[in-house]
This record gives sequence, structure tokens and C-alpha cells, in this order.
Amino acid sequence: MVEGIDGSGKSTQISVLSQWLRAQGLGVVFSEWNSSDLVRETTRRGKKKEMFTPTTFSLIHATDFADRMERNILPPLKAGAVVCADRYAYTAFARDVARGVSRRWVRNLYSFAVRPNLCFYFRVPIDVALGRILGGRDALKYYEAGMDLELSRNVEESFRIFQGRIIEEYEAMVSEMGFQVIDATGTIEEQQAEMRRVVIEKLGGSLKNQVLRLRTEDANGATA
Amino acid sequence: MARPLEFYSEPLPGVDPSELQGKLIVIEGPDAVGRSTQIARLRGWLQQKGHAVMDTGMARSALAAKGIRQAKQGNTLGPLTMTLFYTTDFADQLENQIIPALRAGFVVLTDRYFFSIMARGTARGADPKWIEQVVANIALVPHAVYYLRAEVPDLVSRVLIGRGAFDYWESGMDMRFGKDMYESFVHYQGRILRALDRMAKQYGFQVIDAGRPPDRIFLELQAGISRLFAGSSPA
Repeated sequence: MVEGIDGSGKSTQISVLSQWLRAQGLGVVFSEWNSSDLVRETTRRGKKKEMFTPTTFSLIHATDFADRMERNILPPLKAGAVVCADRYAYTAFARDVARGVSRRWVRNLYSFAVRPNLCFYFRVPIDVALGRILGGRDALKYYEAGMDLELSRNVEESFRIFQGRIIEEYEAMVSEMGFQVIDATGTIEEQQAEMRRVVIEKLGGSLKNQVLRLRTEDANGATA
Repeated sequence: MARPLEFYSEPLPGVDPSELQGKLIVIEGPDAVGRSTQIARLRGWLQQKGHAVMDTGMARSALAAKGIRQAKQGNTLGPLTMTLFYTTDFADQLENQIIPALRAGFVVLTDRYFFSIMARGTARGADPKWIEQVVANIALVPHAVYYLRAEVPDLVSRVLIGRGAFDYWESGMDMRFGKDMYESFVHYQGRILRALDRMAKQYGFQVIDAGRPPDRIFLELQAGISRLFAGSSPA
């Protein structure tokens, strides 16, 4: 799974990675943060009407995650698939704590989450992330910028402060959770090659042999 | 006089418990035990006495009630998701309805509290410690919890007399505890009662025998609640 702040490029990378794994003949299931059909409408209502408190924001995302865990993550894992997740419980550990929710409480909240085999953390300076988000779409979103916390009336300033806090939380988890750090300022191809290298090194033995054999041509192919 | 309100754990962000002047009274109990009848009568009585009353209950939050209702119409709602969806609903009501009402000095009558979330989750095999740490750790300690308790055969006859049919979720049919709705209801409600019984000791519920006529139950509730207001009632 991949973690990182908004605009770090993690979603692009995990999507390319999952395509690659699929091409190796593996069963791959993709699960995206905040994507449960059962919960989507409630989250949308809460965001649209700005109804969330830090506690309910945290809980609705945990509900969403639980639904995906029960339906889209655990059963395929049991069946031997590779599950690629765009964000995982660590997003909550970083973001909810940055919103003032108790660290111990939120970690207990997600204690039903299976521990991933591999976590990539996309490390990126806030300005780079901000540039990518602003380049890609019109405006920063209310909760993404932490506007609910009233850190600043200026959206960009609020984003900077809030995402800065999130980065601190992520950085503190790097060694605790054993994140594989990816330098997210590199080119898309460089980052992808690094991810593939780590996947082969860490998981090659437990996946189909094909992945191991493809090592050289593939890592090279991605950088070429 | 009732004691001041406090949280089971750390206070929620932005809440100072000493500002909460109202009373928080919980009516707990299994499905079909007659909670809502009693709450309606208590509400009228308390208002007669000059109190402002707000009543609330499970799956009534502005945020999550609709989502829960829709989720229960499908066939995919798993036990973990259900527990957390109800917890979201509970937290939304706590922060946006219950706490503001208590701040304003209302008597808050709640038709079930987080104990039912714990009971339902536990009955479905979730770890009670986990649910407790999730939900009790954000909750206020109520001034009183009245546990309306009846045996499963009583609940069965109430369902038959009242609605005439078993409800899918009240029968725990998502877990298929029995061959049909009746068998599943009996098994599931037995589990709910055992979970509530365990909490009754741990959380100091006042157990009320709900197998008796409604008037008797009401008198007992009135007597208990009157004690909470001793010395502070306007009437």
C-alpha cells in the first residue's frame, strides 16, 4: 500500500504498480481510501454540509475502511490475491491525530486492519504537493486543507499548516511502521522503478516466480 | 442532587464537562421491550414538571441515519462496518445534539446509548474490548441507565402482538443464528441479553423488570428519576 500527503503522487504510482503486478499474472485487487459504496453517501453529505467534527470525520473513514476490509480486502487476501491499497490506516493515524483526535484512540479504532506486507511512503515537500494539486484542479478542498480546524482563513495557508502536521505524523511513523520511503520529487519513472525493485526484493519470494525472473528487464524498462 | 457529568475517558475536543448543566438519562434494553412507550410517557411527565426535554436514540443522527437505513436494506453490511456506522451515528448525536442540549440545561432522554452498539457487536462476534475502547472512550457517563429487561419469550410475544412479524436485523438474520427468523431471533436476542447483563454490572445499570405491566414500570422509572432531581426541580 501507499501513503503520503495529498499531491505526493502516490495514487499514480500505485495504479501503475498494480497494472504491472497484474501483467505478471497475479490476481490483483485495488482498494482506494474512502471508496465504500455503503458509506459514500454519508461521507459526501458530511463534507458537503461541513458537518464533521474530528471524531465523526475519523469514525466515518473507519466505517468506510471496515466495509472495504470485510468485503474487498480480507476475502481476496485469503484467496491469495495481491491487494494494492491507495492509503491505509496510517492515513487516519496521521490525519486524525493532526486534527486533534487522541493517538491511542485512533490506533485502537483501526486494530482490525491487517498489517500490510509493504508500505510505501511518498515523501514530498509541501510546496511541491501544493503545486501538483493546484495544477491539476481548481481549488483545494475544505477538509483536505484542514479548514474545519480554523487554522487560517487563507485556504493555501491552512493547507500548509495542516499538511505540515500530517507530514510530522507520517515521518514519526517511518521507522515505527517500517515504511519504505520513496523520494516523491523524482520522475514518475524513477519512482516506479524503485517501487518495483522493493516489491521484488521484499515480496518476490512469496509471489509467483515470474516476478523474480522479470527483475532486470522490468526495472530497466521502467527507467528507459 | 445529581453529580456533575464527566467522560469515561478524556473529554472530546472542545468540550468542558463542567459546562454541562443538564441531565443525561439512558433507557437501555433489547428490541421490543417497550422502551419507546416509556420514553414518550417520561417526556410528558418531565415537561409537566417544568423541564426542557430532548429525546434521542440510535440511528437518528443528521449525519449517518440515512446511510445506516440504506445499508440495512442491502445484504452486504458486515458486523465491523455496522458497529462503526452506529458509532459514527452515536458520535454525531453526542457532539451535535446531546452535548449542546446538556449545555443548555435540558434533560436528555436517550433511547439506548452505546451499550446497545456494544451488545449488537458482541452478539456478532466482535471483540467487546475493542468496541468499548472505541465507543466508551468518547462517551459521557450518564446520570442513570435504566435497563428494561425481559426474557426472550416475553420479547417474542411482544413482537407477535405488536408487529406480528420478525424484523430481519432484530432477528440477527445477517448472521443466520437459526434456520428461520424465529429461531434466529431467539438465539440472537439471548446473546444481546447476555451482553447487556454483563454491562449491567460493569456500568452500574439499574435493572427494571420489564415483564410487568407498563404502568408499574413507569412508576419505577419515575421514582428513580425523581431522585436525580431532588432539590433542583422547579415543581
